[in-house]
Amino acid sequence: MMLQAEKIAKAYGEFRALDGVTLGIAAGEFVSVIGPNGAGKSTLINVLTGLLKPTAGRVYLKGQDITGMGPWRLARLGMARSFQLVTIFPGLTVLEMLQVAVISRLRRHGHLFVSLARDREVTAQATEVAELFMLSEKLGMVARQLPQGDKKLLDVASAFALHPEVILLDEPTSGVSTQEKHTIMAILVAAARRIGIRSILQVEHDMDIVFGYSDRIIALHQGRILADATPQALQENADVMRLVVGQQSRHPDFGRSA
Amino acid sequence: MKVWITLGSVLLLVLAIPQLGWPYYTILMLSFFAYATALLGLNLLFGYTGLLSFGHALFLGLGAYTTAWLTSVWGICSMEVILLTAMVVAVLVAATIGALCVRYVKIYFGMLTLAFGMLFYSFLLKFYHLTGGDEGMRVLRPLLLGFDLSGMPKLSFLIGPYYYYSVAVLAMATGVMWRLVTSPFGLWLKAIRENPVKAAALGVSVRRYRWYAFLISAAYAAVGGALLGPTIGQVDPGLTYWTQSGHLVFMTLLGGFGYFFGPLLGALVFIYLQDTLMTMFPYWRLVFGAMLALLVLFAPEGLLGLLTGRRGRQGRKTVRAAVS
Repeated sequence: MMLQAEKIAKAYGEFRALDGVTLGIAAGEFVSVIGPNGAGKSTLINVLTGLLKPTAGRVYLKGQDITGMGPWRLARLGMARSFQLVTIFPGLTVLEMLQVAVISRLRRHGHLFVSLARDREVTAQATEVAELFMLSEKLGMVARQLPQGDKKLLDVASAFALHPEVILLDEPTSGVSTQEKHTIMAILVAAARRIGIRSILQVEHDMDIVFGYSDRIIALHQGRILADATPQALQENADVMRLVVGQQSRHPDFGRSA
Repeated sequence: MKVWITLGSVLLLVLAIPQLGWPYYTILMLSFFAYATALLGLNLLFGYTGLLSFGHALFLGLGAYTTAWLTSVWGICSMEVILLTAMVVAVLVAATIGALCVRYVKIYFGMLTLAFGMLFYSFLLKFYHLTGGDEGMRVLRPLLLGFDLSGMPKLSFLIGPYYYYSVAVLAMATGVMWRLVTSPFGLWLKAIRENPVKAAALGVSVRRYRWYAFLISAAYAAVGGALLGPTIGQVDPGLTYWTQSGHLVFMTLLGGFGYFFGPLLGALVFIYLQDTLMTMFPYWRLVFGAMLALLVLFAPEGLLGLLTGRRGRQGRKTVRAAVS
């Protein structure tokens, strides 16, 4: 297993955001986590990526116990994430933002007196990721001036620039138009293949995206796993679909499209 | 190319000032060199890392008192030894204080640094036998590059060898800082300023890099303080009072913290303006207060922002983010 969680619990006082969640993601898998608002999806991502410490349970990355390990350590161990809300460095350029991740990956952060502008390897690798995400024309643009769709792409691209083995995406298409959603997902999947990302875990509300791209779907409800199945098997489970997906279960376009 | 021509011209002008026959204004330049060095460090912390320290006079004072201690108590007068010792002492003190302060951000960081600054001020006042209390300590004339210049009249020493020595120290400090901010390390600091959560997600150890920035800024402030010592001849606790820290922040805002050379311009304008206003007007702080308000409201990018035509909202946003 690339990523494993064992009996993860996260409580805020009396409220249990996660209650004994156990899951595993194998190499080569694209897994989606779905569930209604408040099901604990973002909390799960935050616990898995070290932003939150679980109240109980353990998290393992390639067999190594990473419970409570901070996000920057996990990034260096080969796990990256993107955020639900666009999370960028608004005052930095597209190139600089990607360079931040490349510096991390190439362990250049100790270079105190070396000019970054002269480090061709860092620039080349940042440019390469920008090309994968169709951002190469905008390398010199300040991130805050990008259109919303490009900001989302940049957020995800910066995580990809770490060349992680496992990536966790918290609603990678939220806040963008329906048309842009599929473009972003197509770019994202192609980039993952090119970079060699082995496992993807995403939280997503859009069922077209979920059923279109996932190998496996985990349905969360009130902090517990309600179902962990293939898209086909989940669609056949009417009770879970009603509880987790609600009205959207009747969407005519469900089915694999990628 | 244009930048190099401008820098070269400024350097030539600075080198020519002692020959112009205005000893008073030349001596004011010595204060500028000292404060400019300290501000390079402060701006690494504020402009680049997004942490606003309200207690940086602590390190300025630490540098000045190191000069006083070494020259008048231990008889060590080598300026190079003084500068190195000041840096080491400041880094050691900053390592402890910084480890606590960088756990907090925004106003909490500012208030903690202010608190430590005031603690140091009280220490200087109360430990009379060590620090000379409110009378302070004398700074003896240092040796420059091993040369004993004690035979020279004080004014000739200050506007002659010491002036050029200070220019050299500031030039070196500027060069080193430029290297730092344009290195991968510098980019990581900017990433922390922009969004620490995202920076951590990209592998940046946020707290550790904030701490590094704090150490470097403390070392710069101490070098500035050490340079200031021989100019003022007598160091006293007033140098570490919170208004001094306020002046450092004001100079940074005045010149424009979004620019590498902004704080240097701020220091120059502040020192000469303060000197002029103090001779004309007993309530000079009133003028400075009004200036600060106008600056934040209408020119958040500082004087360099005005000169280069950048009057965007970013400066005001950064100030607001750093303190709120």
